[in-house]
This record gives sequence, C-alpha cells and structure tokens, in this order.
Amino acid sequence: MSDPILSLRDVWVEYGDKIVLEKVSLDIARGSFVSIVGPSGAGKSTFLRLIIGQEAPTRGHILLDGAPLTPEPGPERGVVFQRYSVFPHLTAIDNVAFALDCAGSMFLGRLYGRRRKAALEEAGQMLEKVGLSDSRDAYPAQLSGGMQQRLAIAQALIRRPRILLLDEPFGALDPGIRLDMHALIDGLWREHGLTILMVTHDIKEAFKLGDRVLAFDKRRHDPHAPHRFGSSAVYDFPLTGKNRRPPAEILAFGAREPAAA
Amino acid sequence: MRRLVNIRPGRSGRIFLGAAPLLLVALAYLVASAARHSVNPTDKILPSPGDMWAAWQRMAMSVDPVTGAVPLIADTLASLTRLGLGIGIATGSTLVLGLVLGLLPIVRATLGPLVAAIAVIPPIAVLPVLFIVMGLGETAKVALIAIGIAPFMVRDLASQVSAIPEEQMVKAQTLGASTWQIALRLALPQAMPKLLKGLRLSLGPAWVFLIAAEAIASDVGLGYRIFLVRRYLAMDVILPYVAWISLLAVMMDVTLAWISRRFFPWDHAKGAE
Repeated sequence: MSDPILSLRDVWVEYGDKIVLEKVSLDIARGSFVSIVGPSGAGKSTFLRLIIGQEAPTRGHILLDGAPLTPEPGPERGVVFQRYSVFPHLTAIDNVAFALDCAGSMFLGRLYGRRRKAALEEAGQMLEKVGLSDSRDAYPAQLSGGMQQRLAIAQALIRRPRILLLDEPFGALDPGIRLDMHALIDGLWREHGLTILMVTHDIKEAFKLGDRVLAFDKRRHDPHAPHRFGSSAVYDFPLTGKNRRPPAEILAFGAREPAAA
Repeated sequence: MRRLVNIRPGRSGRIFLGAAPLLLVALAYLVASAARHSVNPTDKILPSPGDMWAAWQRMAMSVDPVTGAVPLIADTLASLTRLGLGIGIATGSTLVLGLVLGLLPIVRATLGPLVAAIAVIPPIAVLPVLFIVMGLGETAKVALIAIGIAPFMVRDLASQVSAIPEEQMVKAQTLGASTWQIALRLALPQAMPKLLKGLRLSLGPAWVFLIAAEAIASDVGLGYRIFLVRRYLAMDVILPYVAWISLLAVMMDVTLAWISRRFFPWDHAKGAE
C-alpha cells in the first residue's frame, strides 16, 4: 500500500497492568471504507478513541498523512457517535453551520451578516444531501433517531475531514431506518471519496458497507490473567464486489459476545 | 376494583382535590379565630379577616406620618432591592465560576476544594462576621444573600456543565472549536437553563437570608416589619405580610420558569417550540 492516509506502527494501549491493545500495526488506504468488528471488550472503541485523539498510545506511533497525530481531537478527523453527537441547543441548520462559525469567527464563535448568509447557504446544501431540508429549524429533540444521525453526519462532513470516524453510528436505529442510513453513507462515501472508519457490532453491516473489514480480538489468552494480553487486528479482509459473505470465524464473534461481556 | 395506584383524577377532579385541603385549612382557621374571639373579643393571636383587612389598609394603603411613605411599599422596595442585588451577584459569579469549574479540569483541581469548603459553612453563622466587616448597612445584607446561595449554585452549575456528554465535547473539537468557542457556543447556552433552575431552587434560601439579615439589623424591609410588630403580638400585620412575601416568591418563581421556557425551548421536553 503506497501512501496510506493513516498508519499505526506497533501501537500499544495499557491502563496500569491491563493491556487493551498490543502491537497494532496497520495502514489505511486513502478512500477506503474500513469496518471494524470484534467481540465486546476487544478494544474496538479504544482503537477509535486513539484515532480521534481522545487517547494517546502508551507505545508506538500513529501517522496521519505521514505526520504524527495530534493527541487531541481536531477538524481533520470528523466523527459520528451512536448518541449525543449533535448539540441539543441548536437547530438543525445551526448544528451544521457550527463548524463554519468556529472557523470564521475566532472570538464570537458566530458569523454575522453576509458571511452568516453564506454559511447558512452551505449548511443548507449539506442538510439537503442528507435529506433534512424540511427540518432545518427543528431542534434535535424534535427529530427521530435516524434524523439525528443524518444531522450528525451532515455536521461532521461540512469541514471536509480527511477521515470520517463512525462509532456504532446506526446501533440505536430501527432495521428499516438502518437500511436508509446504509444507502446514505454508501452514497456519500462514493460521491465525496471519503475515507471512513466504522466500528460496528453488526457483522453483516460491516461486510455490506466496508471495502475492508478489520476484526479485533486477543491473539493469546491466559485464563488466569486475562487482562495481561491485549487485542489487535487478528483478521484483515479486503472485500471486492463478490466476496461479501462474512467467514464463519467472524460470525462466531456474535455467539461469543455474552460470555465476553 | 382497580388498584389504587391506577386511579388518576381527571382535570376537574385534580382541581377539586387540590383545593379541598386549602379550603379546609382556611375554614379551620376561621372557626378557631371565631372561637377565640367569642371568649375574648380583643384576641390578637388569631385575628379575624376583618382585623387583617384593617391592618392591611393601615400598612398598604395609607402613608405613615413619621416616615412619609406607605410602609408596605417602602418595605417591599427595600427588600426586593437587597434580594435583587444579592441574587444578581450570586448569579453572575455562578455563571463565570460554574462554567470554568465545569469546563476546565485544571480550574476544578485548583478551586474545587475551596468551593466545597465554603459550601459547608452555614451562612447565618458568618452573618456576625459580615456585620463586623461591612457594618450594619445594606452591604452586609446583600453579601449574606450572595454568600448564602452562591456556593450551592456554583457547585450545581459546575456539575451540570461537566455532565455535558463527552461525545459533544469531542464533536465540537472535531468541528474545529477552541476552548473559548466551546465555552461560548456549547457550555454557556446549555448552562443557562440549568442556571435558571438552580436559581429557582435558591430563591427559598435567598428569602430566608434576607429576612434573617433584616430581622437583626435594619430600619425598613419586609423582614424588619414582621419582626418589629412581633413585639406587639400584631398577628393581624404579620399574617398578611407573610402572605405578601409568599406571593412575591411565587411570582419570581413563575417568571423564571417562563423565561426558561421562552428562551430555552430546547431544554423543555420533546417537541417544545
């Protein structure tokens, strides 16, 4: 893989003597859609927190476009969480325009006059892309769960982040709504050439949307000290149009989940 | 037979049920007052409605020849000024302190223990200190109200601000917001309705501190008046004054609730507009 957008080199994450991730080395290609699966407690979320910058690795390096990742969240990495992703006190359009306000007005944090009009225009186009034009003046509490996630995606995309990180973005949605969201995110990915990392519990979703699936789990297991071995990416599947069926050992993750929790 | 937990009164039923105890209390008072007056027509402990009306006319509708003012109006203005200043100072400092304490771990680590220590001091116990340091004038009374309610409000607001979901804080940063922009656009607007809620809870204590300060050293004010006429067992003045104070307190609470609904509709239930 030449010129990856994101590289992890021998990354370890430890909390005290508990090892969460061990020896993770990965390259993420520009424009790929990487699904991340694994049983509960396998470090999927920790991995995502590393990339977001909520946590720093105990050892190892993370490079974004060849430069070391700043260990705090920044505008080059957009994110959509399962919940609480949008600001409850702002209307839909203001939620999307928030990033433009921050970029354009250092002290007031809010644009006025002609610049605000331009920002609202841009935010309105983004809302239209995710199908929320009719709800531009609604507060998030007035939107359904699926609409809130659409809003969160629009909000995350307006600054054109290098990587979009999705943390169980559709986990709380009804199955029908989920399918709509799959179509939406797939369309946005193709249209904008985004690089997407998505953590999910739903293995079918992972194989349907991604063009690469990473499965996190522990390579080794010590029954007397389970915390002494960390997880890493034990399976790495590149997916083409044809092979979209999850292999048996991945499907087994779902069966193991209750025991691991 | 339905279970008791499942029986819910309708709208008119609720009004009737709610009014009944109030009417019963009023009726019991009237009966007791009449009984005492039948034994002693000059009884002062349970004044009749007529006695209270006469006292109200004297206090609220006629000018006191000594001071040249209507006592109730002078008292109300003096008390509301003290209360307003005290609450204003407390609210202003709460907004600043609560925000930085809730938002910045480094400030929380520095000032958190101090605020916690101040919060456990009973404010009335420092009233003598305030009188000694600031004299018997208005400053000490305003200071007692501010010092009395601010620590609770600061701690309440700080915990509300630090309870803003981590996801929102991270999201704001991924949208390019600086610390200042997070404070201004994220924490401040979300803190405002919580601040109003804390303020509504603090109104009761604020009145307590006001009346305590006025009872001890004052020459005008609602608290001063009821403690003054206590010397003459003037229940016919005290009871209407207490009712008036309660009415003022209720009106303040209703106003704050209205402000919160009017300006922060997103904080009030689903579908609020």
